[in-house]
Amino acid sequence: MSKLRHHQLGLTDDDVIAMYETMLLARMIDERMWLLNRAGKIPFVISCQGQEAAQVGAAMALDKDKDYVLPYYRDMGVVLHFGMTAKDLLLSGFAKAEDPNSGGRQMPGHFGQKKNRIVTGSSPVTTQVPHAVGFGLAAKMKRQDFIAFTTFGEGSSNQGDFHEGINFASVHDLPVIFMCENNKYAISVPLEKQLNCQHVSDRAAAYGIHGETVDGNDPLAVYEAVSKARKRAVNGEGPSLIETVSYRLTPHSSDDDDSTYRAKEEVEEAKKLDPIHTFEEYLHGAGLLSHEGKEEIRSKLRNIIDDATDYAEKAPYAEPETALKYVYGEE
Amino acid sequence: MATEITMPQLGESVTEGTITKWLVKPGDKVNKYDPLAEVMTDKVNAEIPSSFSGTIKELIAQEDQTLGVGEVICTLVTEAEGQAAPTAGTTEPEKAEPAAEAPLHASTSQDESENKRRYSPAVMRLAQENNIDLEQVQGSGRGGRITRKDLLAVIASGHLLEQKEATSTLAPAAAEVQRQTAAVKTVSVPSGKVEEIPVSGVRRAIANNMVKSKQEAPHAWMMIEVDVTELVRYRNKIKEQFSKKEGIKLTFLPFFVKAVVDALKEYPEINSMWAGEKIIRHRDIHISLAVATETELYVPVIKHADEKSIKGLAKEMDSLVQKVRTKSLKQEDMTGGTFTVNNTGSFGSIQSQPIINQPQAAILSVEAIVKRPVVLENDAIAVRHMVNLCMSLDHRVLDGLICGKFLGHIKNTLENIREENTPIY
Amino acid sequence: MPKISYIEAVTSAIREEMARDENVFVLGEDVGKRGGVFRATNGLYEQFGEERVIDTPLAESAIAGVGIGAAMYGMRPIAEIQFADFIMPAVNQIISEAAKIRYRSNNDWQCPLTIRAPYGGGIHGALYHSQSIEAIFANVPGLKIVMPSTPYDVKGLLKSAIRSNDPVLFFEHKRAYRLIKGEVPDDEYTLPLGKADVKREGEDITVITYGMCVHFAMQAAENLAKEGYDAHILDLRTVYPLDKEAIVEAAKKTGKVLLITEDNKEGSIISEVAAIIAENCLFDLDAPIKRLAGPDVPAMPYAPTMEKYFMVNPDKVEAAMKELADF
Repeated sequence: MSKLRHHQLGLTDDDVIAMYETMLLARMIDERMWLLNRAGKIPFVISCQGQEAAQVGAAMALDKDKDYVLPYYRDMGVVLHFGMTAKDLLLSGFAKAEDPNSGGRQMPGHFGQKKNRIVTGSSPVTTQVPHAVGFGLAAKMKRQDFIAFTTFGEGSSNQGDFHEGINFASVHDLPVIFMCENNKYAISVPLEKQLNCQHVSDRAAAYGIHGETVDGNDPLAVYEAVSKARKRAVNGEGPSLIETVSYRLTPHSSDDDDSTYRAKEEVEEAKKLDPIHTFEEYLHGAGLLSHEGKEEIRSKLRNIIDDATDYAEKAPYAEPETALKYVYGEE
Repeated sequence: MATEITMPQLGESVTEGTITKWLVKPGDKVNKYDPLAEVMTDKVNAEIPSSFSGTIKELIAQEDQTLGVGEVICTLVTEAEGQAAPTAGTTEPEKAEPAAEAPLHASTSQDESENKRRYSPAVMRLAQENNIDLEQVQGSGRGGRITRKDLLAVIASGHLLEQKEATSTLAPAAAEVQRQTAAVKTVSVPSGKVEEIPVSGVRRAIANNMVKSKQEAPHAWMMIEVDVTELVRYRNKIKEQFSKKEGIKLTFLPFFVKAVVDALKEYPEINSMWAGEKIIRHRDIHISLAVATETELYVPVIKHADEKSIKGLAKEMDSLVQKVRTKSLKQEDMTGGTFTVNNTGSFGSIQSQPIINQPQAAILSVEAIVKRPVVLENDAIAVRHMVNLCMSLDHRVLDGLICGKFLGHIKNTLENIREENTPIY
Repeated sequence: MPKISYIEAVTSAIREEMARDENVFVLGEDVGKRGGVFRATNGLYEQFGEERVIDTPLAESAIAGVGIGAAMYGMRPIAEIQFADFIMPAVNQIISEAAKIRYRSNNDWQCPLTIRAPYGGGIHGALYHSQSIEAIFANVPGLKIVMPSTPYDVKGLLKSAIRSNDPVLFFEHKRAYRLIKGEVPDDEYTLPLGKADVKREGEDITVITYGMCVHFAMQAAENLAKEGYDAHILDLRTVYPLDKEAIVEAAKKTGKVLLITEDNKEGSIISEVAAIIAENCLFDLDAPIKRLAGPDVPAMPYAPTMEKYFMVNPDKVEAAMKELADF
């Protein structure tokens, strides 16, 4: 049997290249959004940078034709794997009518697309956690074999909805995966001022569910943890709390200046563990990605993003008076 | 005498209970808190305890009977009730609150006899629509107030109390004035010390003309700003000499009037009036000039202004102003104007919306000349003498396009005033 | 037609909807075995089982939030908040989430959730078992708020709420639960959300109110009829969004309008009703618009004297109606 880790996890070589491509696409779209923001073309960006491994590793462990995902605002990697496109994301960045998330109503990062089972989200954090439990409850009641996967930052693990939601899911053994993307900062507040236990996953024990902390820079480690959590969920063994530890490589958002609360050196240090590069090295070592191959992928993705940017920039806004639509359903 | 024991409220939202079993019978002696009966409600099953010590007199409720909270279930003679004692319930019977508790009496403090003439919007509307004289209606409301119902009754009866048509014999214009005067009468005066100023004939004429103009002519409004730096320089250069030679001051106004007159010649459409079925265009140019005193406003006319030089205009204006001050203006001095110029700048105004001097089609205000930083053609910023010209136009006669051209002409004239192209004489 | 109580109308509406649609289920505190602390879900656990009548942990935000998730999936949850006073921890879920799901997703997702909660005073419930909380939610587009007064309305409106594709807050007056009984047909029926109902025709004054105060007004109207005053009574039934047409029509009918709520006065539902009338009916008004409401203190106290002072009751209503009729 192969000694390569991804083979041991049951992933093919094509799978890991796809994993890499999705991570890189998320990174490159994010970088494009920042450029557009700094050029004054889009008002707001909130980043996935540094968390792509956790997002794509987890998403690939799910069944993207069945499962429901309730992502938080950084989860570009999750939604790309679940079927959202670069064009969709740029339409959202430009707030255009064709944006599938909200038709230009919400800020970027507020994902939602029913046809891909990406559940609409809001800005107050952690509200999606009980919603995921509601999807899990529906799966159980309707005897369906999908699971609900929700993510949030470590800051959110202090909200009541985190505790209320996990406890409810645990009591009823619901098929839900709670994944905390610990990027060490809640805007400016560092981890040590957010919790006084070692890991966010330590909190799982209090609710009687499986808890686990994994390296969020390693997509394969995240894949493994989430795959097992999914198996437990569909087997009726209840929910899991997975914590992925990584680092937020950008400021909180385009309106934030992180130099006011953390040292440049700290960020530089974290960049050495940037999952895009470390995973590239892994693929290179496995003989799956040459220098030329890497450049080929990058140029392919750049073309996709260029086209998406052009399209989104030229696309029309929603008619102003459509702001009045869809308060209630037509009954 | 006996004390009544009532059905207690056993829990929030419970309004009734069913006696499932009596635990006592008449004649039984009971101590306070001894159980009297088993009761079932929607929320709980419970024993009702006695609230008194004494002897059971009568069981009023049957077993399996459902009673409302507060209804009597049995009576009991308490130990204290040997002789004649007042009846007392286990709970105080719900007595109606005196209505006075409700905080609703704010309105009753007013002088009630005043309400006869306090008409509600509904009453006013019905009276107008049905031509009812409210003075003749009896009010049934508080303080004699006439209510909507009172009027509906009058209308239903068919005996409409019609308003006396005192104004019907007057000419329409007079009726109009009458109406306005009447409107003034009904103004509600805020309490406090006031002073009443009688309305002079001139004041009334001003009031009527202004109201008429505003009501009849749909006013549209335009403004342009003009760089008059060169004009200021020119006039300042020659004013001393002019004053010495002519004995009067040379103001800016004659230059403005001259520019207006030139523009009127170019655009005679402006020099016209609305006459119902037709528009009348004047060939002659007679400029009305608004001249204010402390309390009044006169509009004397510079006849054939197009035939006058700057000096001629200055002289004529000076003469008219003197006439106003000495109150020696004659009627013919104030008639025949075809366009009005209003020198609001003399009060320091920099923007105004003048009311058209009917039946003319337009009026122009010359505002104060002020120094302002201005971006020039070559993008340099310079301090320039700027003035706003504001024009109100009768939109029945004129449209924005023609007036824009007219104002543009004036602007062009004023901005290009130089010694060499603008003789004073 | 059989006469049933207000709370029986609640139970029977839920039972019929659960039988009709397997996606309908109940969740809340004590709703299962106990059948609700007021017994509103009495017998449902036995009939439909613990999977569809779910006793939840004591956590209101989760009750609302889990309901929202299930609703987005396509279920028809009926969440019970034990007392309206205890809905506060769920307000973020209701206002930020349920109300905005359709709008923020540009009609991609919807949230067909019904949240039931008993409200109202006059039952010795003190500050935290007596409140009217509808005003908190009554400027949140996306929500509907239903507050019925009679068993007939309860049943027809609760069924419509459950079938609605939008989130509905269904507030039931806890004093009405067993006090108010009325005729309810055996046959299936629903009533439209968003429509007010004329409960009494009259010519002299118009009373616009909802919930328990409808009964106070009806009672007062009967007394006043003996004195020759004829009151027109409009029951709002849905307090958000309001039935503006019916309000304007009722106000114009007599030109004298009394608005009643047992909630605190300032910023209440009737304040908005007053604004609608002021905007639309000036030339039909024959008296100032009058409001009768609870005083602007945090909530009603426990002691019976103070509770009674706070609460609207038939005597206060009658006095206010007479005052206006005499104007």
